[in-house]
Amino acid sequence: MTTNGSHQVLTFVLGNETYGVDILRVQEIRGWSAVTKIPHAPAHVLGVLNLRGSIVPIVDLRMRFALERAEYTAVTVIIVMSVNTPAGRRDFGVVVDGVSDVVDVNSAEVKPAPELGSRSATDYIRGLVSVAERMVVLLDIDRLIGRDLALSSGVDGEEALAASAA
Amino acid sequence: MTVDLTQFHDAFFEESFEALDAMEAALMKLDVGSPEAELVNTIFRVAHSIKGGSATFGFTEIASFTHSLETLLDELRSGTMPVTVALSDLLLKSVDVLRAMLRAVQAKQPIDAQRVSDLQFDLEVAIADKNKSEAVPPAAPGGGLPRPAIHGGSLARIEDTLSVLDKDTALARWRIRFHPYRELLARGNDPLRMLRELAALGELAVRLDAQMLPPLAELNPQDCYLAWSLELPGEVTEEAIKQVFEWAEGDCDLTIERQAAETSDLPASPQAAAVAPAPAAAAVAAAPAVAAAPAVATAAATARADAPTKVEASVSGLGDSGSIRVSVEKIDELMNTVGELVITQAMLSQLGSHFDGPDAEKLRGGLAQLERYMRELQESVMRVRMLPISFVFSRFPRMVRDLAQRLGKQIELKLTGEQTELDKTVLEKIGDPLVHLVRNCIDHGIESPDARVAAGKSAEGTVHLDACHRGGNIAVEVSDDGGGLDKERILAKARARGLVGANDVLSDSEIHELIFLPGFSTAEKTTDVSGRGVGMDVVRRNVKELGGKIDLTSEPGRGSRFTITLPLTLAIVDGQSVAVGTETYIVPLISIVESMQLKETGVTRLSGHSEVLSFRGDYLPIIRLHELFGVEPRSRALHEGLVVVAEGDGRRVGLFVDDLLGQQQVVIKSLEANYGHIEGVSGATILGDGSVALILDVPGLIRAASMRAAA
Repeated sequence: MTTNGSHQVLTFVLGNETYGVDILRVQEIRGWSAVTKIPHAPAHVLGVLNLRGSIVPIVDLRMRFALERAEYTAVTVIIVMSVNTPAGRRDFGVVVDGVSDVVDVNSAEVKPAPELGSRSATDYIRGLVSVAERMVVLLDIDRLIGRDLALSSGVDGEEALAASAA
Repeated sequence: MTVDLTQFHDAFFEESFEALDAMEAALMKLDVGSPEAELVNTIFRVAHSIKGGSATFGFTEIASFTHSLETLLDELRSGTMPVTVALSDLLLKSVDVLRAMLRAVQAKQPIDAQRVSDLQFDLEVAIADKNKSEAVPPAAPGGGLPRPAIHGGSLARIEDTLSVLDKDTALARWRIRFHPYRELLARGNDPLRMLRELAALGELAVRLDAQMLPPLAELNPQDCYLAWSLELPGEVTEEAIKQVFEWAEGDCDLTIERQAAETSDLPASPQAAAVAPAPAAAAVAAAPAVAAAPAVATAAATARADAPTKVEASVSGLGDSGSIRVSVEKIDELMNTVGELVITQAMLSQLGSHFDGPDAEKLRGGLAQLERYMRELQESVMRVRMLPISFVFSRFPRMVRDLAQRLGKQIELKLTGEQTELDKTVLEKIGDPLVHLVRNCIDHGIESPDARVAAGKSAEGTVHLDACHRGGNIAVEVSDDGGGLDKERILAKARARGLVGANDVLSDSEIHELIFLPGFSTAEKTTDVSGRGVGMDVVRRNVKELGGKIDLTSEPGRGSRFTITLPLTLAIVDGQSVAVGTETYIVPLISIVESMQLKETGVTRLSGHSEVLSFRGDYLPIIRLHELFGVEPRSRALHEGLVVVAEGDGRRVGLFVDDLLGQQQVVIKSLEANYGHIEGVSGATILGDGSVALILDVPGLIRAASMRAAA
């Protein structure tokens, strides 16, 4: 679907911000249902859900981004995505406030994120792009989530990151 | 159109490895002196098909090696070469080398050319030896079969076979009707090559049937429109003829029948004019002593219909077991879907039980039926994954034979319960532990023949492998009638290693436990068979990983017996659901000793922190699941909840939970597929309401808890 350097991005809202992920990574969008907690997991990994027979971890992006917590309601949405980790493809769901739209993003218009403070705070941001006068933060979910999953499977996070970057 | 052959490589390797296993098994059964024809044929077929496949795919080294092997086997098959111990050793080595070659090619690594050429040389020497010692020149007139050189086989028997063959072969010629389907050429078969091969077997009479040939304008050059009627002398074996058509099976109509000698006279046939005889066909046709009169010929022709060895070879499938090859992924997919159905069905049943209205009874009836069928469906799908344990057992005859030879022991291997079926995944993982155990039995268990005789036993020791169903489990036993465990020596060794205090008194079973400790070995000398002390602990760990356990009984002078108890499948576990706060966990039933309610006085606090409960004279540490997993419990007071006494890694603990919910079989789902490993959790399952429950891993829990206590 990449034509003329443009690709489709699914945008979603989290607090006051709009974020975007590559549509090809999105498996499905579903409503919120109660999760089963998993022990010793990072706080933002809420638990696991049954997604048509496979067990899928659910990540709360608000907590991941240290935003104020929101109540989970009937309109809370889970976006199920696939992420590439050193251990192979994995599926996981992220809890977001709401899904906005699918937009075409021209690669030439994507601006790099300004470097603020430590590099690792922004290394999961692929870039910023303006869509209909709103700023959309494009996420690199491999870096954002792959690291959590790699950590939980006992692989050293930095190492895994280096491996996935290589 | 070019076909990418690499897509067939995997199938070729898989089939070749299986075929080699079959060949090895057949070799083990082959009796020295009087080989069974069917076994020899099996062995030959393996070499032949590997040769064919490897030549097709361009694996020239394998093709060349199997060619030599095939030549040798052909001698065996025709009975011109006796089966000796040396020869069967040579053939077994060939199996090893072939396996190694196939593995190397599969892994795209270089082949150990030296090893191959050495063995190929040996094979060729064996063939050459046979030809040199050929007593009678081949093709004795009228006799048909060359007289074999007798290397100590049973002379009388071979004479018998010969005379039987003589009668047959003098009487009948082979008449073959070969009618290829049009697509024969497209399947890579070449009729010309097959005819040449037939001609090499003996004088061949060929008649071409070109009736189906269309006008030139309609002719598709890639189709085969021709058919042939062929005749071969009776001395040629049926197998040899079938072999030529082996690759064309299913692409042609083929009838091979033996006809009475009288009718074989080609000129007597009315179509004789159309026959284009191969060079010396007329001479052979005249070979049978009686020249047939036409009247006799018609009589014999009617008799031909019920000729004794008529063979209908127009087989499209191989037809032996009627099985198909299915990839494991497909079965897993099926299992997953069935698992989902089971959950959906459970959900519906739950819903249906609250239903009211005129049709509620009917609905419940239907749901009950659905449940029954679902259970049957699930069992059937599970059964697809089940394979008989003979897949694992089959490797042992060879191994025992080799080991016994190397160690100078006489050992008989008894295999029973080979048809016991278990899950493929379990099967794959049980092989190595069993190999360790059998090696141990041979190396440590069975004494040398002298020692056995001195102890009043027969010189030949017995190693017995047995498998059977026991409850919902599989029990695999490895036993021997050797010397049993030497308790004194084990104890001495354990003391020397500091594993046991100098004055500790241990029970028999405690001493038996010692051999499962890492790094423990009592072998006086380290052989390449065992004695490196990396054995029993690995065995136990592997068995544990499969959710099973291993027990040992031993009697001095009488032998020892290892019993491995395994779950039928890794995909399903019998579990007890327990509630902790709002969460549900599954404790595998195999780990549970018992569940009980505690009295306030039943618990002692050690140094203010760790709690222990008194259980049948033992003090067991209590693991509060809510603390370990960070869940808010319904109650923190021990006497308000329940304690599940569970066992893992030989230790017992009390798991404190809020409530017991019920026992059920649950389908195990991987947490690692999308998340990762969690200490104390072996997987997850999906409950009737669609929610996820974690399955506890008791040994892991104990480890996690003791790490927390230490921290």
